[in-house]
Amino acid sequence: MCDSCGCGDTNLVPLDVQQRILSDNERTAAHNRHHFLERGLLAINVMGSPGAGKTAILEATARALRGRRMIGALAGDLATDHDANRLNAAGVRAESITTGSACHLDAAMVHHALHHLAWKDLDYLFIENVGNLVCPAVYDLGQAANVVLLAVTEGEDKPLKYPVMFHKADLVLISKVDLLPHLPDVSLDRIVASLREVMPEPNYLAVSARTGEGVDRWLAWLEQHETAHV
Amino acid sequence: MHEYSIVQALYDAVMAQASAHPSGAIHEVRVRIGALSGVDTGLLDTAWRTFRVRTPCEAAEMLIASIPPAWECPACRLAAPPRGPRRCVGCGGPLRLAQGDEIVLDRIVMEVP
Repeated sequence: MCDSCGCGDTNLVPLDVQQRILSDNERTAAHNRHHFLERGLLAINVMGSPGAGKTAILEATARALRGRRMIGALAGDLATDHDANRLNAAGVRAESITTGSACHLDAAMVHHALHHLAWKDLDYLFIENVGNLVCPAVYDLGQAANVVLLAVTEGEDKPLKYPVMFHKADLVLISKVDLLPHLPDVSLDRIVASLREVMPEPNYLAVSARTGEGVDRWLAWLEQHETAHV
Repeated sequence: MHEYSIVQALYDAVMAQASAHPSGAIHEVRVRIGALSGVDTGLLDTAWRTFRVRTPCEAAEMLIASIPPAWECPACRLAAPPRGPRRCVGCGGPLRLAQGDEIVLDRIVMEVP
């Protein structure tokens, strides 16, 4: 109560906080990251629109690395476990994270899912995020790197419309490039020009999971980051 | 629409601060949100108004400071234009986002007994 005049009014007191609102998520992400580093595991947060080809490129990765690397995946999916089933069929040790109505994964969901996946002997863990170019960019999961898929059918200016996602990408996989001959109005150069406006260091690879184009360069990128990470 | 999840985290942070002090109702919550944070301030405000009902924050207005993006060259400290390639016009090196990605709880105003 106000004790200066006895009027009974409440005292209002400001309190400076200066705290990152997602600091709890960041703590859990740091915990996940510690586990991954301890085991020498390269964890990649794979993001992109629905239908950009996230699962397809992981299937192609698993096929190309069969017998050479142990690969696991956590597949974020709103309502089904289709992606995890596809990945398991391709030789990936995969678990679903069914998010219900949640439009992104967070660090706690990943931590919880790790309790259901034998992950400690993996070389690579791909965390396939929910298909969405907005929300997943905000949440650290404990990954070593962000990889964003951008299909050539999505429009050349996608990076300008979703700058936060592409700014946070360590690598952009420009996917479905086998379709370019059928898309006379789409230019790879203009897609790259858009990337340059939001990414200070625009690392990108043109890939096709269907034909295998660019998959060798993607595997080389993974190997390079595996070495740097461990 | 992750703004509800941000508001949940914001509410938890506010209540953690409030419980550490002898306090009553929360009157005001001030946040800083960067234009390149991935958070929509309009949706955040709507989410807050929905979420605060029947909580100690029921009467708490959320004041949002929107922070515009600012890019600079870490080598020569030159500021950069808002559009165009994210490379320094002076040395050609990669620019760095100096501000504009904040998602920060700045201050709360609360009743004290």
